[in-house]
Amino acid sequence: MTDLNMIEAIRMALSRALEEDPDVVLFGEDIGIDGGVFRATDGLIQRYGSARVRDTPLSETVIAGMAVGAATQGLKPVAEIQFMGFLYSAIDQLANHAARLRNRTRGRLSCPMVLRAPFGGGIGAPEHHSESMEAMLAHIPGLRVVVPSTPARAYGLLLAAIQDPDPVVFLEPKRLYRATSEPVVDDGAALPIGDAARLREGGDLTLVSWGAMLKETHAAAEALAGEGIEAEVIDLSSLKPIDRRTIRASVEKTGRCLIVHEAPLTAGLGAEIAADLAEHCLTSLLAPVRRVTGYDTVMPYLRLEDRYMPSVGRILRAAHDMMEFA
Amino acid sequence: MAEPLVFLNAAGACVRDLPDFARDGQTLKALYAAMVRTRRFDAKAVALQRTGRLGTYASSIGQEAISVGVASAMRAEDVFLPSFREHGGQLWRGVTLEELFLYWGGDERGNDFGGPRQDFPVCIPVASQYPHAAGVALAMQQKGSGGVAVAIGGDGSTSKGDFYEALNIVGIWQLPAVFVINNNAWAISVPRSQQSQAQKLSDKAIGTGLPGEQIDGNDVIAVRAATERALERARAGEGGTLIECLSYRLGDHTTADDASRYRDEEEVSPHWKEEPLIRLRAHLVEAHGWGKKDEEALLRACAEEVDAAAETYLATEPEPARAMFDHLYADLPPDIAAQAEEARDD
Repeated sequence: MTDLNMIEAIRMALSRALEEDPDVVLFGEDIGIDGGVFRATDGLIQRYGSARVRDTPLSETVIAGMAVGAATQGLKPVAEIQFMGFLYSAIDQLANHAARLRNRTRGRLSCPMVLRAPFGGGIGAPEHHSESMEAMLAHIPGLRVVVPSTPARAYGLLLAAIQDPDPVVFLEPKRLYRATSEPVVDDGAALPIGDAARLREGGDLTLVSWGAMLKETHAAAEALAGEGIEAEVIDLSSLKPIDRRTIRASVEKTGRCLIVHEAPLTAGLGAEIAADLAEHCLTSLLAPVRRVTGYDTVMPYLRLEDRYMPSVGRILRAAHDMMEFA
Repeated sequence: MAEPLVFLNAAGACVRDLPDFARDGQTLKALYAAMVRTRRFDAKAVALQRTGRLGTYASSIGQEAISVGVASAMRAEDVFLPSFREHGGQLWRGVTLEELFLYWGGDERGNDFGGPRQDFPVCIPVASQYPHAAGVALAMQQKGSGGVAVAIGGDGSTSKGDFYEALNIVGIWQLPAVFVINNNAWAISVPRSQQSQAQKLSDKAIGTGLPGEQIDGNDVIAVRAATERALERARAGEGGTLIECLSYRLGDHTTADDASRYRDEEEVSPHWKEEPLIRLRAHLVEAHGWGKKDEEALLRACAEEVDAAAETYLATEPEPARAMFDHLYADLPPDIAAQAEEARDD
């Protein structure tokens, strides 16, 4: 077992999938000889050949649409959109076709494809390279949207996404690509999609987050522990479907829920979680559900980027408010 | 500028040597019957819509030769990716009249084709079927299946980036795909002249390295001949082709449209002389002994078949409310299954 960072774990999962399933084919911009701009596919073209690891022209619409067509005919396309900011033109294909082909043919055609895209800020990238627009995708019926938070979870969830019989958007928190390393076993074991993961246990407060914001969320939980406040940390992992049961069970225990996400506040996934708790856990709540999120602003360019990202301080202030409320 | 490929002119006269398939009377009669059947289906569908028994419907009247000609050149293992005006091709491929009525009547079960299981349902968002064709062709190339992906769209669809992106990648990867443009001169209210300054839409292939050809889309023989050549190229590993078929939309865009708002009858009426059935019928009479009795028998058979299919459709009960969840995912997530419990039929 080796210590791997997230980008290495993703590469290992892709390699495993290519190795085990001859129908798996990778395509995207610069994923071949360049190995992807983040090196997620480094070395794969040499190992599996240019028929299975394909550089596409600069064509996000055709990357997504071609994945739809190929998936209906027995291939397992794992396509890459280079940055989430360039994914918008692919949403037509995701929403109009990938996510509804099974339904509109009453099960005759299906679309087992994966669309990978790095997302989120915090690496000082150019404009349009740092967005977190996952709520737009989670709103699309028929889709699955998955976000890993650790190298090991990235490995298992990506394999699950590739094995899934329906389309999955796999959003990779690029701030975590090389942030930490941990042991990852190349055992080909997929993690279940749709299950949230409880990363830390606590009885006073539930912190729900996903992707890169779990870094700040963990740091806040650690600081709270120093004050004698035990926070439970839940990694949502699957943004569609949402594992409501795990969140409700935790909040029924703690009575407090704080949701942390990098995406803008309004109509973000935090709103869905807060509404679900209001509908199902009202009598368990000791304090109003709170959200610490990105602002409803355009994602700032790099000089103000850090001012946008939810900080440990903001999470702690909200947590303190909630503990003081009751 | 080269003239569009044509074998039978509007009067039904042969203007060049016919390809082999078109010397056979039975083949031509089958093509003619398929076009007549399509037109009968169109008429019935419009009538059902006008009487509140079908959803919004896109008639293909006047463009039957494109759809039928293309489909008749294909093999069963090829995959057809039509836009919403290609009923004739779907019927030729084995989609049933009942399925078409069911689909246009608002029931997704009409897309669960019993016949061509791999064919795509009609593409409603214009031009997004072209990237699918590239993907289908990629799978065919990768698996060495020998099949070809055949996509059809309208003249308006060539203005979208999807069209260019799909042709472009098919060119780079030499994928087995054929792109057919049903240029019926109108995209709802926007005429061809306002769609592009390109002299020919088939010229748009030049920028992708694909061969492009403009043909008379009202001559089913030309359509089939051009499609056969394109399919042969694709099967030989020589890549994709773009075929622009010139035709004319004799009807409204759909039953929800009123074309008199934007085009005059004087523009439309000359095109009735050029539509595809007249010329093939004239040729059948001239060269293959097609008589009045043959014509009447065909019309009667088509009418009976279409009416019977319509009755079957009208007698088909809608699915229960719960059905909107049944094929959303292979396995419905518990999160969404909870909503399915709320979907009631009362």
